[in-house]
Amino acid sequence: MMTSFLFRALDKNAALFLGLLTAIIVAVPALNLLLPPDHPLHVPTYAVTLMGKYLTYALLALSVDLVWGYCGILSLGHAAFFALGGYAMGMYLMRQIGTRGVYGDPLLPDFMVFLNWDTLPWYWYGFDMFWFAALMVLLVPGLLAFIFGWFAFRSRVSGVYLSIITQALTYALLLAFFRNDMGFGGNNGLTDFKDILGFDVQADTTRAALFAASGIALGLCFIICRAITRSKLGKVLVAVRDAESRTRFLGYRVEHYKLFVWTISAMMAGIAGALYVPQVGIINPGEFAPANSIEAVIWVAVGGRGTLVGAVIGAVLVNFAKTWFTAAFPEFWLFALGGLFVFVTLFLPKGIVGTVTDNWAKVSRRKHAVDERPGDTPSTRPAPNPAE
Amino acid sequence: MTRQTSLLYLDGVSVSFDGFQALNELSLVIAPGEMRAIIGPNGAGKTTMMDVITGKTRPDTGDVYFDGVIDLTGEDEASIAELGIGRKFQKPTVFESHTVRDNLDLALKAPRGPFQTLFHTITGAETKQIAYLLDLIRLTDKQSELAANLSHGQKQWLEIGMLLAQDPKLLLVDEPAAGMTDAETEETAALLKDIAEDHSVVVVEHDMTFIRSLEVKVTVLHEGSVLAEGSLDHVSADPRVVEVYLGR
Ligand SMILES: Nc1ncnc2c1ncn2[C@@H]1O[C@H](COP(=O)(O)OP(=O)(O)O)[C@@H](O)[C@H]1O
Ligand SMILES: [Mg+2]
Repeated sequence: MMTSFLFRALDKNAALFLGLLTAIIVAVPALNLLLPPDHPLHVPTYAVTLMGKYLTYALLALSVDLVWGYCGILSLGHAAFFALGGYAMGMYLMRQIGTRGVYGDPLLPDFMVFLNWDTLPWYWYGFDMFWFAALMVLLVPGLLAFIFGWFAFRSRVSGVYLSIITQALTYALLLAFFRNDMGFGGNNGLTDFKDILGFDVQADTTRAALFAASGIALGLCFIICRAITRSKLGKVLVAVRDAESRTRFLGYRVEHYKLFVWTISAMMAGIAGALYVPQVGIINPGEFAPANSIEAVIWVAVGGRGTLVGAVIGAVLVNFAKTWFTAAFPEFWLFALGGLFVFVTLFLPKGIVGTVTDNWAKVSRRKHAVDERPGDTPSTRPAPNPAE
Repeated sequence: MTRQTSLLYLDGVSVSFDGFQALNELSLVIAPGEMRAIIGPNGAGKTTMMDVITGKTRPDTGDVYFDGVIDLTGEDEASIAELGIGRKFQKPTVFESHTVRDNLDLALKAPRGPFQTLFHTITGAETKQIAYLLDLIRLTDKQSELAANLSHGQKQWLEIGMLLAQDPKLLLVDEPAAGMTDAETEETAALLKDIAEDHSVVVVEHDMTFIRSLEVKVTVLHEGSVLAEGSLDHVSADPRVVEVYLGR
C-alpha cells in the first residue's frame, strides 16, 4: 500500500527534479569542503549557507503550493508555521549553549537570567533533547494548524475570509512572541547558538551538512507532496479547489480533506523553519511578520501555482533576486517585489513553470497532430486566478 | 402512500429568501422505483426543492424524509449523498480541470474518507464500471480530454454519467435537456428511461416533448407549491396549469 503510494510520486518529471536536487546536494558541499579556497570552483561557506537558506524557503513554498495550488486555500499565514518550527529548533539550540552563555547559567538561557527568572518555564522542558525538539518541530505547527483548520473549515470559512484570518493568526503570534514574559526571548528572539548535535554550528562541515539536510528535507517533502497530489485524494483536492460544493454533493466531506492537507502543509513549513534557524543563526518574532507569508505566496505565484516544482523554482529565483537587490538597491526591494507580482499576475498568470509546460504541450501537440494519443495525462493546474 | 413506505417524502415544506417565499407548504411523495417529472414556470421553486432535499438549503418549516425514516433536514450534503441521493445540477457542473475519466472516477461509489482515497488504487471492477459508463454516455473517445473542453451537451451527459457512477437510490435531475439539440434531447430521454428501470428518478424539465416521451406521472409546481399532479394529459387539461404555464 505504502510502496504503491510512494511509487506513484515518481514519474519522469519528478525523477528529473530529484536528480537535479541530488546533484546539488552532493556538489555544493563537495565544492566547498574538498576544494582549496583559492580554487576557481570553490564555493565559499557563506554561499553554502545562503543556498541552504533558499532551500528552506523552497520547502516553505512547496507547503504553500500544496494547500493553495491544489486545494485553493490561499494561506497568508504560513510563515507562522515556519516560525514555530524555527522556535522549536531555536529552543533546542539555546539549551545546547549550557554554561557557555554570558551569564554562565547551566540551565537558564541568558535572556531568562537577564529577566531575573530563577526557574526554567515548564514548556522549555525536554528541549535539551534533540529528538524531543524534532518532534515539536512537527507537532507544534501541526497541532496549531489542526485546531485552527478544524474550526475554520467546519464553519466553511473560505476564500478571502480564510486568507484574512490566517493573516490575523500570524499577526497575533507576532505580538505574543514580542512579549518578554512569553519566555521566548522577546524581540531579540533566540540567538548566539553554539552547537547542534554536538557539532559547532559555525563549522564549515556543519554548514555543509545543514545545507544537505535542507536539500534532503526538500526532496522527501516533494515526494510526499507528489504522492498526495497524484493519488485519488489529490484529485479530490483539485475538485474542491474548482467546485467545492459539487464535491460535497458527491459525498466527500470537504472539511476533512482541507484539514488533512492543511495540517501536513503546516508541518512541512515547520520543518523548513527548523532547518532555517541553525543556518541563519537567529529566530525572532520578525519571522511571524504578515509580509513574510505574503512573500511566500508570491514565490509560488511566480514559479507556477499547482506544479510543486514551480514553487521551488519561484522561491529560489525570487530570493536570489532579493539577495542581489537588497545589496544593490536596498530601499527598492519591496517595490521590485510588488512589481514582479503585478507582472506575473498580468503576463504570466500560470507562473514560470505553468507557462513553459503550456508552450511545451502546444509544440508537442502540433508535432503529434496526426497521431493523437489519448493516453496523455493533461495537467491539473488551476485556472489563472492567483488573487482569488 | 404513507411516509413509511415512501422513498422520498416532503410535507409542508416552506423556504423563504429575505421574505420571498420560494417554497410554500410543498408536499410531494415519491414511491420506491418511481420516476417523476416536475414541470413549472421559471421561479416555481423546482431547483430550490432539490436544494432542500440535498441539504444545500434548510427548510424553514416542514418534513423531509428519505427511505421512510431518515430525516434529511438534520443531515449535510455529504451524508445525504452517502445515503444514496445523487444530483445533476441545472447548470452542468463537472470538474473542469480533471479529465472525463477522472470525473467518473471521483464519482464512483467507493469509500469517501481522506485516508481511504489517499491509499486508493483503482480496482479492475472500477475500471470496468468506468468503461461501461463512458460507453453509455458516449464519451469513450473523449475520456482523456479535460472536462472543460467538452460541449455543453457532453457536459450534461458526463454529469449524468457521474450520477450513475455514484449508484444512488434516488436521482435528482435538474433540466438535463437544456441547451441540447432535438436529437440529443431524444437520446437523453431514452437514457433516463433506461436508468429509471432500476433507480428512482425525479426529473425537472421544460421541454414538453421530452416530458411526454418519459410517459410518467407529472407534478406541476407553481409559486412554491403543487398546482396539479397526474398524467401529462391530465395536468395539461387543467385550466390552472394552462393559465400559469402551458398557455403562455
Ligand atoms: N439562494 C437564493 N437566494 C435568494 N433567492 C433565491 C435563492 N434561490 C432561489 N431563489 C429564488 O427562489 C425562486 C425559486 O427559484 P428556483 O427554485 O431556482 O426556481 P426554478 O428552478 O423552478 O426555476 C426564484 O424566484 C429565485 O430567484
Ligand atoms: Mg431551476
